Amino acid sequence: MQIETARPSSFGFHRFAAPPEFYRLAGRLVPWFGSLAAVLAVFGLYLGFFVAPTDFQQGEVYRIIFIHVPAAWMSMFIYAIMAFWAGVGLAFNTRMSSMWACALAPTGALMTFLALWTGALWGRPAWGTYWAWDARMTSYLILLFLYIGFMALHAAIDDPRRADRAAGVLALVGVVNLPIIYFSVQWWNSLHQGASISLTRAPTMAATMLEAMFVMMFALWMYSIAAALARARAILLERERRSGWAQAAAKE
Amino acid sequence: MPPVLEAVDLRCERGERLLFDRLSFQVDAGRCLHIAGDNGAGKTSLLRILCGLLAPTSGEVRWRGRPIVKARDEYGADLVYVGHLNGVKDDLTASENLTTWAAMAGLAPDPGSVEQALRQLSIDRFARWPAGQLSQGQKRRIGLARLMLASQARVWILDEPFNALDRHGVQSLNHLIERRVSSAGAVILTTHQAWVAPVEVIRLDLVADPTS
Amino acid sequence: MIRTLLAVTRRDLLLGMRQRGDLANVLLFFVIVVVMFPLGVGPDKDMLRQIAPGIVWVAALLSAILSLGRLFALDHADGTLEQILISGQPLSVAVLGKISAHWLMTGAPITLLSLLLAQFFDLPAVPTVTLAASLLLGTPALSLIGAVGAALTLGLRGGGVLVTLLVLPLYVPILICGALAVESSASGLSPQPYLMVLGGLSLGAAALAPWAIAAALRVSLE
Repeated sequence: MQIETARPSSFGFHRFAAPPEFYRLAGRLVPWFGSLAAVLAVFGLYLGFFVAPTDFQQGEVYRIIFIHVPAAWMSMFIYAIMAFWAGVGLAFNTRMSSMWACALAPTGALMTFLALWTGALWGRPAWGTYWAWDARMTSYLILLFLYIGFMALHAAIDDPRRADRAAGVLALVGVVNLPIIYFSVQWWNSLHQGASISLTRAPTMAATMLEAMFVMMFALWMYSIAAALARARAILLERERRSGWAQAAAKE
Repeated sequence: MPPVLEAVDLRCERGERLLFDRLSFQVDAGRCLHIAGDNGAGKTSLLRILCGLLAPTSGEVRWRGRPIVKARDEYGADLVYVGHLNGVKDDLTASENLTTWAAMAGLAPDPGSVEQALRQLSIDRFARWPAGQLSQGQKRRIGLARLMLASQARVWILDEPFNALDRHGVQSLNHLIERRVSSAGAVILTTHQAWVAPVEVIRLDLVADPTS
Repeated sequence: MIRTLLAVTRRDLLLGMRQRGDLANVLLFFVIVVVMFPLGVGPDKDMLRQIAPGIVWVAALLSAILSLGRLFALDHADGTLEQILISGQPLSVAVLGKISAHWLMTGAPITLLSLLLAQFFDLPAVPTVTLAASLLLGTPALSLIGAVGAALTLGLRGGGVLVTLLVLPLYVPILICGALAVESSASGLSPQPYLMVLGGLSLGAAALAPWAIAAALRVSLE
C-alpha cells in the first residue's frame, strides 16, 4: 500500500526535510564531503608527520596525537550533535531529526574507538603501558559505552518510531550526565594518583602542531558528515521502502 | 457545546501497516459508539489512541474541545478505560485492587462503595480473595467494577468488555452502560460478540483496505 | 498530589511484601557478590580493607540494576501501568511513588546490610559509618537513574542485560563519589565533600529523572 510521504514545500530549506529531497541532496553531497575530508587528511597528516617539529621529550612517537586529539574532540562533538537532533525529534515529532541522530551514532562511536586505540598506542611507547586509567581515556571509554548503549537500545526495539524516541530519551539523559561523568572521573583520577602529572598530557604546542591538529579535526569532521549522510540515505531507504520514490531510487 | 470526545483526521500506522486514515467522528454526551471490525482492523489501536495511550501518526483527539495531549490529567480524571488487560494485580485481593486503584487515581470513595461495586458485578463473595486465584471472568469483573467507583468519570472506553462474562455479567454491564449513557456520559466500546445494546448506538465499522 | 504519591508508594510496598522472596533474592545477591571478591583476590586484610569501599559499592550498583526488573515490568504485564498512565494524576508523581517504594525495599536494606558487610573487610568504625552514609545518600540516585533504563527497555527481549549496559555508565559518578567518600574517611580525612556531591546527585536525579521516566514510559507503552 502506498504510504504518502510529506509533500515538500517548494522553497527554502524545509524542502530537504522531506525524505526524497533529502535523499537526493545527500547523495550529491557525499562525494564532496568525502573528497574534502581526504584532501584535508592528507594535508593534515603531512603537517603532523613532516612539518611539525620533533618533541624534545617524547621524540617522534607523539605524532599520533594528530589523530588521537581530533578523534577525541569529534567523539564528544558528535555526541552533543546527536543528542541535539534526538531532542528535536522528540520535541517536534519529526522523523528526519531522529533519523539523523541514528545516522550519526556509529560514526561517533568510531571516533571514540579511534581515540581510544590511538591513545593506547601512544601510551605504550611513551609511558610503558597501553592503558593507564587516566581521566581522559577513562572518560572516552565511558563515552564509547554511551554510544553503544544508544545503538543497542535502538536495535533492540522493532518499531522504528518507538526506537527513535526511546534512544532519543537515552541520548538526552546521556548528554546531561556527560559533564558529571567527566568531572567525577577527573576527581577519581586526581585523588587516587595524587600527583598532578597527566599521563596523556600533550607536549607543549608549537604553532605548527596546533595547525596540524585543527586541519585533522576538520578532516575528520568532513569525513563524519560524509559518513553520516551516506548512512542516512541507507536508513531512509530502509524506512521508506514501501513508498514509490524509495522503490524507484533503489532500482537506480 | 463541544462534543465529549472528537477524533479529528486520525491516521494510524502500526509497523508496516496503515490501519486507518482520515478518520474523524464525534461522540456527544448521552451517546454510545460501537466500533466494529474484523480482527486486526485497528479497533484496539483506535481505542488506545482515544485514551491517549497511543499517539496517532497524525491527527488529534479532542476532549470537550481540548486536545488530549494538552489536557492529559483533566481528561484522565474524566475517563475510565477497561482494555484487554484487566489492570488487576494477582497479589492483591479483589477489594484491595479497587481501593488501591481508587487511591492512586485520586478518588476517595465512600467506605461502602467498593463493596457495592463488587456486589453490582456479583463478585462481592470474592472480595477478600487474592485476584490470582480467581477466574478470568472474575478478574474482568474486578476491572469493570472500576466503572462504578469512578462515578465522576463521564467517558468510558471499553475494549471487548463482554469477554469472559457470563449472562449475568453481560446483564450487569449492560445496565451500567445504560445508566452511564442516560446520565450524560459517553461510552465507546468494541465487542466481538453479538451484542444487544441497551441503548441506541452509533456504529463505526473499520474496514481493512482491500487494495492493501 | 502527595496523596497520590503516598498511595502509589503504599501499594508498591504492599505488593513487595506479598512477594517477599523477590526482595530477599536481591539482598542475597548483594551479599554473595560482596563475598565473592575476597574469594577472588585473597584474604589479605590490608588489601581487603583498601578495596572494600569499591567492592561494596559495585555490588550495590549491580543489585540495584538487578532489582529494576520488577519496577515497571510487572505492572506493564497486567495492565496496571497503563491505568496509572491515564489515571488523571501526574505521571511523574506516580513514578516518584514507585521509586520511593523501590528504594525502601532495596536501597535502604542495602544501606543497613553494608554495616554488617563492612566487618568482612575489617573496616574500622568511622569508615563503616561513612560507607553506610554514602549508600544512604547515593542509592536513591541509583533507583532514580536505573528507573530511566527500566522504563526505556520495558517489554524488550534481552531487557535485563540491556538495562545494565545502558545504566552502568550513568552510575559511574555515584560509584566514584561513594567509594572516594569511604576511602577519604579511612585515611582520616573528612568525607563531607563527597557525601555532599552524592546528596546533590540524588536530589538532582529526584528533580529531573521523573520527567525522563514519564517520557520513557509513554514511549514504551505505545
